[in-house]
Amino acid sequence: MAVAECADLGQRLIELLGEDAVLHQPEDVIVYEYDYGLDRAVPQAVVFPRSAAEVVAVVKLARELDLPVVPRGAGTGISGGAIAVQGGIVIALARMKRILDIDLANRAAVVEPGVVNLNISKAVEPYGLFFAPDPSSQKACTIGGNVANNAGGPHCLALGTTTNHVLGLEIVTAEGEIVALGGVAPERPGYDLTGFVVGSEGTVGIVTKVFVKLLPKPAAVKTLLAIFDSVDQASASVSGIIGRGIIPSALELMDQLALRAVEAAFHAGYPPDAGAVLLVEVDGLAESVAEQSAAVEHVCRDNGARDVRLAKTDEARARLWAARKGAASAMGRIAPNYYLHDTVIARTRLPEVLARVVEIGERHRLPIANLFHAGDGNLHPMILFDIREQGILERVMEAGREILQTSVEAGGTISGEHGIGVEKNRFMPWIFSQADLDVMARARDAFDPSRRCNPGKVFPIPSACHDTSSRPRARLGRVAASHPDLWV
Amino acid sequence: MGVAVDLATLAHSPDVPAAEDLARCVHCGLCLENCPTYLATGQETESPRGRIHLIQALQEGRISATQNYALHIDRCLVCRACEAVCPSGVPFGRIMEAARADLSVRRELTPASRLAGWLVFKKLLPNRRRLRALATALRWYQRAGLQALVRASGLVDALPPTIRQMERSMPRLPNRFFEPAGQFLPATCDRRYRIGFFAGCVMPYAYGPVHDATIRVLRRLGCDVIVPRAQACCGALNVHGGERTMSRQLARRNVRAFLDLDVDCVIVNSAGCGSTLKEYAELLAADELWRQRAQRFGSIVRDVNEFVAAQPFQPGLGPVRRRATFQESCHLAHAQRINAQPRAILEAIPGLELVDMAHPDNCCGSAGIYSFTQPELSNALLETKMNEIRATSADLIITANPGCMLQLAAGLSKSGMHGEVRHLIEVLDWSYQAGGSVPRA
Repeated sequence: MAVAECADLGQRLIELLGEDAVLHQPEDVIVYEYDYGLDRAVPQAVVFPRSAAEVVAVVKLARELDLPVVPRGAGTGISGGAIAVQGGIVIALARMKRILDIDLANRAAVVEPGVVNLNISKAVEPYGLFFAPDPSSQKACTIGGNVANNAGGPHCLALGTTTNHVLGLEIVTAEGEIVALGGVAPERPGYDLTGFVVGSEGTVGIVTKVFVKLLPKPAAVKTLLAIFDSVDQASASVSGIIGRGIIPSALELMDQLALRAVEAAFHAGYPPDAGAVLLVEVDGLAESVAEQSAAVEHVCRDNGARDVRLAKTDEARARLWAARKGAASAMGRIAPNYYLHDTVIARTRLPEVLARVVEIGERHRLPIANLFHAGDGNLHPMILFDIREQGILERVMEAGREILQTSVEAGGTISGEHGIGVEKNRFMPWIFSQADLDVMARARDAFDPSRRCNPGKVFPIPSACHDTSSRPRARLGRVAASHPDLWV
Repeated sequence: MGVAVDLATLAHSPDVPAAEDLARCVHCGLCLENCPTYLATGQETESPRGRIHLIQALQEGRISATQNYALHIDRCLVCRACEAVCPSGVPFGRIMEAARADLSVRRELTPASRLAGWLVFKKLLPNRRRLRALATALRWYQRAGLQALVRASGLVDALPPTIRQMERSMPRLPNRFFEPAGQFLPATCDRRYRIGFFAGCVMPYAYGPVHDATIRVLRRLGCDVIVPRAQACCGALNVHGGERTMSRQLARRNVRAFLDLDVDCVIVNSAGCGSTLKEYAELLAADELWRQRAQRFGSIVRDVNEFVAAQPFQPGLGPVRRRATFQESCHLAHAQRINAQPRAILEAIPGLELVDMAHPDNCCGSAGIYSFTQPELSNALLETKMNEIRATSADLIITANPGCMLQLAAGLSKSGMHGEVRHLIEVLDWSYQAGGSVPRA
């Protein structure tokens, strides 16, 4: 789009939403070229609607101008879901952050999409309730983004992901209709379109209201830190714990490289010299919690745990979790860049797949840190690198591809909770047949026939699906090549 | 390529953001909810991550230093709340200060703002004689009834917005100013330390009695207090504004003034000054000899809260029966990470009922001269802050920095709330006085 047209777009949007709700100058929109992932794409304009009606107005203008619309929450996603890969208008929902209703009788709340995940739990804490999905970014990420990506978190092992905690939605389609899906009532006739929209990554519309389920806080909680000399011992313990019929509310593994960054950042009491640790949380009634934690400790010691510590106070517990949740973000302490992966495998195959990950890292001469939701086999290998090193990005991308391939070959899948976005859409054919993808595309088309909602995401782009490595290299490589010493 | 060459030659200059510092940001966004300007606007351009990205884009030559760029950089409070929560340890304060120094070279200022900057940064703050003359004139303006006249006649509304904001937030100046004049004030009980007292530029005139209270407390805790005449303004406002030449002169003056005294430590009761004094080594990094001296100086600087909390300060505390709330000054809590100490002191005071506001660690919008340069955002933050304070029903607002004191006092009068703003050490001093054995002043 030419500069004059951009200015015109900015003007049109300002007419709709007002001066303070539109960004369209180059040095403004450039900060919307990223999320937490590695991909970059600059939008033509960014708008900050305050209501569904304003979203409708923007979407209708986009239809008139045939421009893509890309919803964005806090931009903490890792798969490029919130960036405008085909240009267009980013609809930033950060100002729609009101909690509209807390319905104690039905244990539900109605919130706008820009509400920060943790703020829901904070608001309902006085009533002994909480919102279960707890992604590591929960102090910053928004519920709208959680819905788009069907976000998980450490505690989704026992409680399920976002889809299990969303009762209904209001969305604005690309055609500008406001559509209500689901609701607070427990049983509903007809298609489960709420379930369809959760995890659709903004490709079927803009979520403008979310009905969330609230859970009562457990009566008792115990958090254990089991310390091992090797990752193998830790992963064997994972299978051992689940094999004994215990479903902890969370079961997290961190390896030595991850521990080093985490302890430097948080001083939460993680042993930086350990080969691996398991962070295990059990909750429920006091007696069963005592019983389960004893059993967890027993299994860990049987598998060679050097020590098993129990968080004695709420404060100690909170510190362990704050450190775990900030762990990925702490990697900046040991490497300028990293590629955080998200794959899922059967947990019985953890030792074997983790060994393969180590081997892949060694072969490509890339350090890989691991911190992940071990209980449900959701791996997060982090490939550490410095993008200023010539040619390193090719190795990183290739190593990443091999990790995904390993997971798929082990019967797993390519994303657990971070979404497909623009990062992994080319790998979709590895796990879905053409017929599978066609049906998904037709379902999307039912909501968005013109395909202007977050285009270029989820579905493989036909020309790129045979070439699995050139696209990211082209995207990042362009910048890196023009500023060899600067792009960091 | 031109940009690359420029950067390479300037790579080690503290006046350009270091590539290594910028590289630390992994753009995860965990800082967003701790950034007051992001919370107020919802805009990535007003967030720590966004600002780092903009600074990086400018250094790479992808954007130029337009008015828009400057606006986003100027709107940062440099409260450093983001720095305190960043898992990757991005040195945001250092990046922003360097970005502002860099911007001051690149940007075209209007003659009026250039003149204002020159007057304030080069002629007024560094010069105690001029400051005192101004303070005396202002005190006369308040005492002679002129202020009342200006306000009642509506003349105040005719003033330019910046001046009007200053007029409104001006505290009632005390009858007695504090003068650093080489005083030696001996400990009033067993001598344990020899300390240098840092007075600052605005504090002696706006809050002279806070200095008196601080010195009473220190003497009582066994300190011989020396107030060297040769000290100067710390330069914090200059550093935050991107002015480096005068900042470095001031830094060298202070380092010399205090290192020559051979004291155990240098005590400061202004959080903003303390944070700057502790970071002189970064400001003077280009000159190795001065860097080392500044490092040694920085290592003996203590905020008064930090110092008092480490002493056996509890004996002799008397009751202060007030309902109070504590505003954590950003440069204390975030820049110096002094969080537990002020609370430990307040909790030890009998009778003091401390009620926390919802976000005691969020900036009040003062941020040095921010309340004058960005009145709109500053007022929005202040309004949020005053609403939180109102909800505590406290009538004593305690903080630890002159900027916060000014801003909160202005907030009280604007919102018509009842109460007063005090420095934490004043409250501690009351408590000692209530406890009886008041040391000789």
